Amino acid sequence: MDRRSFLTRSAALGCSLAASPLVTPVSFAATPGEHRLVVIILRGGMDGLAAVSPYGDPDFATLGRPAPDLDGGGALDLDGRFAMHGALSPLAPLWRAGELGFAHAVSIPYRDKRSHFDGQDLLEAGVAASDAPLPGDGWLNRLVQRMPDATAETAYAIGGEPLRILQGPAQVNRWTPEADLRLSPQAVLLTRRVMQADPAMAAALDTAMALAGGDGDGVEFTGSMGDMMAAMRDDMMSGKDRQRPGAALARFAGEQLRGAARIACYSLTGWDTHRAQAHHLPRALTQLAQSVTTLKETLGAGAWGQTTVVAVTEFGRTARWNGTGGTDHGSGGVMVLAGGAVRGGRVITDWPGLDEAALYKRRDVMPTRDLRAHLAWLLRGLYGVERTALETTIFPGLDMGDDPELLL
Amino acid sequence: MFDPILADIRFGCGRSPRIAAPDSIAAILDGLTGPDPVAETFPIEPFEIFLAKRVTPTNALFRLSKSAKGTRIGDEAHQAMVNITREGRKARRGWLVAHVSRRVASDTPMRERLESFWADHFTAHGKASVLQVATSPYIESAIRPHLAGRFEDMLIATATHPLMLHYLDQQASAGPNSPQALRFPGKTGMNENLARELLELHTLGVDGPYTQDDVRQLAELLTGLAFTEQAGTEFRPPLAEPGPETVLGKAYGGGKPTIDDIHAVLRDLARHPATAQHIAHKLAVHFLGDTPDPALVTAIAGVWHETGGDLPEVYRAMLDHPAAWAPAPGDVKMPLDFIASACRALDVPSKALAARAQMLLMDPLRLMGQVWQQPSGPDGLPEADAAWITPQGMAARLQWGFTLPQLMLDALPDPRDFVVTALGARAPEEVRFAASAAETRADGIGVVLASPAFQRM
Repeated sequence: MDRRSFLTRSAALGCSLAASPLVTPVSFAATPGEHRLVVIILRGGMDGLAAVSPYGDPDFATLGRPAPDLDGGGALDLDGRFAMHGALSPLAPLWRAGELGFAHAVSIPYRDKRSHFDGQDLLEAGVAASDAPLPGDGWLNRLVQRMPDATAETAYAIGGEPLRILQGPAQVNRWTPEADLRLSPQAVLLTRRVMQADPAMAAALDTAMALAGGDGDGVEFTGSMGDMMAAMRDDMMSGKDRQRPGAALARFAGEQLRGAARIACYSLTGWDTHRAQAHHLPRALTQLAQSVTTLKETLGAGAWGQTTVVAVTEFGRTARWNGTGGTDHGSGGVMVLAGGAVRGGRVITDWPGLDEAALYKRRDVMPTRDLRAHLAWLLRGLYGVERTALETTIFPGLDMGDDPELLL
Repeated sequence: MFDPILADIRFGCGRSPRIAAPDSIAAILDGLTGPDPVAETFPIEPFEIFLAKRVTPTNALFRLSKSAKGTRIGDEAHQAMVNITREGRKARRGWLVAHVSRRVASDTPMRERLESFWADHFTAHGKASVLQVATSPYIESAIRPHLAGRFEDMLIATATHPLMLHYLDQQASAGPNSPQALRFPGKTGMNENLARELLELHTLGVDGPYTQDDVRQLAELLTGLAFTEQAGTEFRPPLAEPGPETVLGKAYGGGKPTIDDIHAVLRDLARHPATAQHIAHKLAVHFLGDTPDPALVTAIAGVWHETGGDLPEVYRAMLDHPAAWAPAPGDVKMPLDFIASACRALDVPSKALAARAQMLLMDPLRLMGQVWQQPSGPDGLPEADAAWITPQGMAARLQWGFTLPQLMLDALPDPRDFVVTALGARAPEEVRFAASAAETRADGIGVVLASPAFQRM
């Protein structure tokens, strides 16, 4: 974004926000500090044993899985116990800089049914599986509710689909890079004119114009209708790009986090690798790696130094390879930590082992820690949320246990 | 009072250049019990067919792919299963086109609006396999036939429907003292999900006069309600909790457990005064905006109570109330209402929609905030205007209105005529001006569709 469009954008955001019913009446200067948090939801169940392979565990070789290719496939030995999948190699510099870490054998408190829908709902609601109905709000929204200085600009749900994790009473912003606007200059003018009759719509339109113009291509489009349609098709992302939106989502998140936003969330799909995992998983991992490197590029050194990125999935996958060259829904899995604020360069785990007796139900990696505990320690460190609030309100029923010291 | 243009916009699917507006409240209501030609012209697969054609074979193929895993037969069974799922997704796009085409072509358009209202009230969604595309067939079979009937019949049809039993986990719910639970201790259990949502969402409402104990008792009464992939809903005595259950102070069952006990409690819940109040308010919010006139809600609830939930009389109570005809633009259209009313005003042919259903309908709905038939929870879509007037939602509506009409039509109408078609005498001066000042027809159409007068009911 050049300086001019940045200035016009701030001006537009400023006046629309002042008029916007979405904003709680607090001073615009108040923000939840400088700490940035990006939560990436990996939908479909990422295979932790393939992403971060425990090749140093003698039982790993008995699972019928391909060994990590350390001799030329780009896989990176992390600590003699674990190796990072070759498709994540763009993240190798981050690992060496201590800006990348993994928590292994973690899981949400959800077992046995292994449904994507239930698992993702629980992951985003932040509660343990039970017969009780899910809370109506997500855990990130409950975090924002506890931030007295938060405005509607503080948290961003990014992407076309609603994100349960940010739904709830605290106002958050939603946008997807797909929802770009391309209108002729006169159409912009006329639309603003007819919208004046409706302040709520006019305010939403102002914000939309500012956001859509913020991607560097401007809202106003002077070209033929054919050119506009072509540009729109580019913006709407082809079906192919929609399969791989990792970089676009990260770029948008990074831009917001350089501005007034402090919390951003989006999701990446493609992790449900029941068949032909050797083909599908690298594509998903490449998405994730691109997303993280794009965040770093977009944020710039200063903001990246105050950024924590955490990628979580609803469950891991079966320890053994199945009959169709893939893996089925499991339990324990991997959580990815990145950012200038994290104490990386480590695989944090209370490793359960992989011999059959050590597996959960003799099939899955045994979860040895509630992944919500790691999330809670992050929120404690970043935003100073009280332990009681974390264990009763944000993640009801959680025992945080000892501090895993995830942050610098 | 009654106004034909408002009748079209607020209680119909928007204005059409070729279908006349209703000339009275009676005409609106008569349309609900009259013939339903658009359902013939734009068919949607009934659930019974869906079950036989898609669910039963998928289930058989699944078993075969498991039992013959690793063999050619197993592989082919798996491939056939994948194909059924893929065809199902394609069929679902066709049904979305049918829903929109019905709205474009109907001369009894309140039927379509009521179908959407009740389909959302009785939200159900498949969580696995081919059931993920079963929503339209469920609506076609369990909701559309009852739109102008008695509420209790619609409640029974939806609450005992396979898709609802699957969605709210009733399928494997076994009473704690059922034969099944006694035979396999620790292996089966009761699930309260359907019982809770029946009370909280479908009937009494979250503030209704029920306790956790009523939920539990109703859940026990519902045990035995299940379905098979071949035959649909069936009552399974081995799952049923023996003995009578007391819901809201009244005892049900006690003899040999049957589905009749379940029907009895549903009929009582349907006629309960709290249900009348809850749904009267919901109906008013849906058609008239976020803060409906309390007197109107009371009037609707009163008629509900007097008639035991006779729906045409309930609708009449709403339409007969002066508050229903307040002239100011009311509720913000939900994304489907917005898109379909624009298609109706432009008189878009169904073929044009079918040619690019994903780009014209499915993707834009998602960007506007309505992920088609994938509800985030059993409470369905939000009604509050603030949920729809978002930067992303507005951008998606504008982009749709300015750019897609020209893809759907061979020739766009003159914007100066279109503003009258779409808004009639209600077209505000500045919208007329904008339509005439636009540089291109496409911009002229777009600015009319972007106007608050068009985006509200």
